[in-house]
Amino acid sequence: MTQNNKKLKNFLINSVLNNNNSVKFNDEEKNNLQILRGEKTDKTLIYIGAGTCGLGAGADKTRAKAEKFLAQNNIDAQIIETGCIGLCAYEPIMDIHLPGFNRISFCKVTADKVDDILKNIFELSVPNADILGQFTSDSRAWENINDINEHNFFKPQKRIVLQNCGLINPVKIEEYIAKGGYSNYLKAIKKYKSTEICDIVEQSGLRGRGGGGFLTGKKWKFAANQASEQRYLICNADEGDPGAFMDRAVIEGDPHRLIEGMAIAAYGIGASKAYIYIRAEYPLAIKRLKIAIAQAQEYGIIGENIYDSNVNFEIKIKMGAGAFVCGEETALIHSIEGKRGMPRPRPPFPAIKGLFGKPTIINNVETFANVPDIIKNGHQWFSSIGTQGSKGTKVFALSGNVKLTGLVEVPMGTSLRDVIFNIGGGINFDKKFKAVQIGGPSGGCITNENLDIAIDYDSLIKVGAMMGSGGLVVMDEDTCMVDVAKFFMDFIQRESCGKCIPCREGTKRMLEILQNITKKPINNSEALERFNGILQLERIAQTIKDTSLCGLGQTAPNPVLSTLKWFKHEYEEHIFERKCSANICTELRTFNINVDACTGCHVCVKKCPTNAIIGSPKSAHFIIEDKCIGCGTCQTVCKFDAISISK
Amino acid sequence: MLQNKAKILDKNQISRDNLIPILQEIQEREGFLSKKAITEVGQKMNLPTSKIYGVATFYNQFRFEPTGKYHIQLCRGTACHVLGSATILDEFEKQLKIKAGQTTSDGIFSLEIVACIGACGLAPVISVNGEFHAKLEINSVKEIINSYRNKSI
Repeated sequence: MTQNNKKLKNFLINSVLNNNNSVKFNDEEKNNLQILRGEKTDKTLIYIGAGTCGLGAGADKTRAKAEKFLAQNNIDAQIIETGCIGLCAYEPIMDIHLPGFNRISFCKVTADKVDDILKNIFELSVPNADILGQFTSDSRAWENINDINEHNFFKPQKRIVLQNCGLINPVKIEEYIAKGGYSNYLKAIKKYKSTEICDIVEQSGLRGRGGGGFLTGKKWKFAANQASEQRYLICNADEGDPGAFMDRAVIEGDPHRLIEGMAIAAYGIGASKAYIYIRAEYPLAIKRLKIAIAQAQEYGIIGENIYDSNVNFEIKIKMGAGAFVCGEETALIHSIEGKRGMPRPRPPFPAIKGLFGKPTIINNVETFANVPDIIKNGHQWFSSIGTQGSKGTKVFALSGNVKLTGLVEVPMGTSLRDVIFNIGGGINFDKKFKAVQIGGPSGGCITNENLDIAIDYDSLIKVGAMMGSGGLVVMDEDTCMVDVAKFFMDFIQRESCGKCIPCREGTKRMLEILQNITKKPINNSEALERFNGILQLERIAQTIKDTSLCGLGQTAPNPVLSTLKWFKHEYEEHIFERKCSANICTELRTFNINVDACTGCHVCVKKCPTNAIIGSPKSAHFIIEDKCIGCGTCQTVCKFDAISISK
Repeated sequence: MLQNKAKILDKNQISRDNLIPILQEIQEREGFLSKKAITEVGQKMNLPTSKIYGVATFYNQFRFEPTGKYHIQLCRGTACHVLGSATILDEFEKQLKIKAGQTTSDGIFSLEIVACIGACGLAPVISVNGEFHAKLEINSVKEIINSYRNKSI
């Protein structure tokens, strides 16, 4: 460690973290803090959004190009990789912060645009590129560029959990501390008793963000009130819900927030040992988390007798091995213990008897990430945001057929119409909105007529959906809802752990019924089976719901029940008319050859896997409908656009 | 190889809660869990092989056959599905002439379906040896396969 770094560390520990407002900063210290907070800079900084989505969009190529430009032009600048600011659709995102100027943010910066942007910026002119906005500060502003918070995507948002994501260097604890981080933890352990922490969190009204929505503070008290020499805290970062990625973004973009939230929670429940159970599919998040934990140890946040408070805290990372059911508390505990991740009946709840038989609290990443700001601003502040029953904000992962995909954090009570059409910019290619799927495989669909309800835990349940972890998958008119239901059933029956019969057998039967509906019936007995199946679908669903052991099974039929409720006509169309108007269910498609356009080139005849096309060369061909399996090969190979799907 | 495994086993304390990390580390080094590796872990940990096999088969992450030089992980999350990952999967299977879960006979490619990579904003996505390819279209499948095939020569 260099002399300067040591000095900085001492300053941060002694004057910032241990500061009870008595120490006044001198000018140099103020300056240092402003630089760490990113309010100004003494050297040129280039920030590149290098979360998983940024890298997916080519951020590493953008970075390489920027490095090359700097080397060629002998420019001294530092490149910093940040997490994701949340606007996945516009990745790669590159910010430039010149000394004396506001930080300015460019989007869709693919490698080919880097040279032009940098060249212009270093000549102090605004390049002709996609600009997100500038970060207003005391420095000189770029002319005619809006503040980034005025951007349609960011303006309606209220960012608590995501406040640092994409802005700070995630693997530099100094920046997090300069922004006020970890002082909340020290405030907690020095100023409050552990029971008071539970009280504050309970009064704030924070509910678990992982799906169930149980009052967090109340849950903590269950464990805190258990007499035991050892308690455990677990962070569930096994974000298995397909369509949700906020936990990944928080860990990649602001890992110290999670660690601070966990540290406060651990103090609240009296746990000295914590685990983070994180998906192995998130290698970047794991890497950054490991670095962050090491830094926190270096700064004495993790360790023994933290800041002379007699409090001990340690964190271990456990990599999940890819099982959706491990999102369930007891299954997750079994997995950490090295067993098959299967749930067990509750009670006893983990708060009473959990990991290694000891009281254990499990919360997810977003829940913990809310905690530091609750301690900082008090419970009244937090409970002033949101609705009657659901306080604070919620991060939604917006994806699917929507223009601006990404992470959106809004106060509870915001309508989905606002989120999709205002923040998300509406449907791709201006197609018609059909439904939005919320809550992953446990959730349901919300249709146009319910888009205006204020979203919170309770209102969603009323319309047959649930918050889940907050994945919003938007679907346009070209989506087949039967196919979506089939997709979720396929997922659930693969992920069912097999312990209880309703879930193991029931989900498989439901999938078979859905497969039958979307298949072309070959003979009469199969047609009969289709009718039989549909009659039983709702009954099986209800039985699975009522009798399954854990949350996975109890919520497994939701996607089917919800699509049945809102899109019954689509099921009927599949069953009675053997038609899929979205043309997604391939077996129900029929094709038509336009006699005038067909040249009789015979290519489709050769390629057809079922020999369903007949016709002699150089004269128009025909499709035998009974043989056709709707694969669409003929349409792809036809060079004359003569083959189309029959309407 | 044996030495490697012994090292992994020594490094991690031999307690049941370290079983999954041990298996993960073995897979990381060797690419898959061989029959030999599983029995060896069982002997060291004093657990029946069946127990270890039971744990390993429960989790999607563990493989029992070697992967290809380029391991293609295709995301089948909801967002990817809505944006057509099923057709992308078909195309990969067609081009590589294997089914998901298999390895090509020349050992260059293997194809695996994963639940969700967490890059839903860029759907449909695949990851080849950890390198992401986003917003895929059917036409890009062939290009991607060829670019890796050329690299392997």
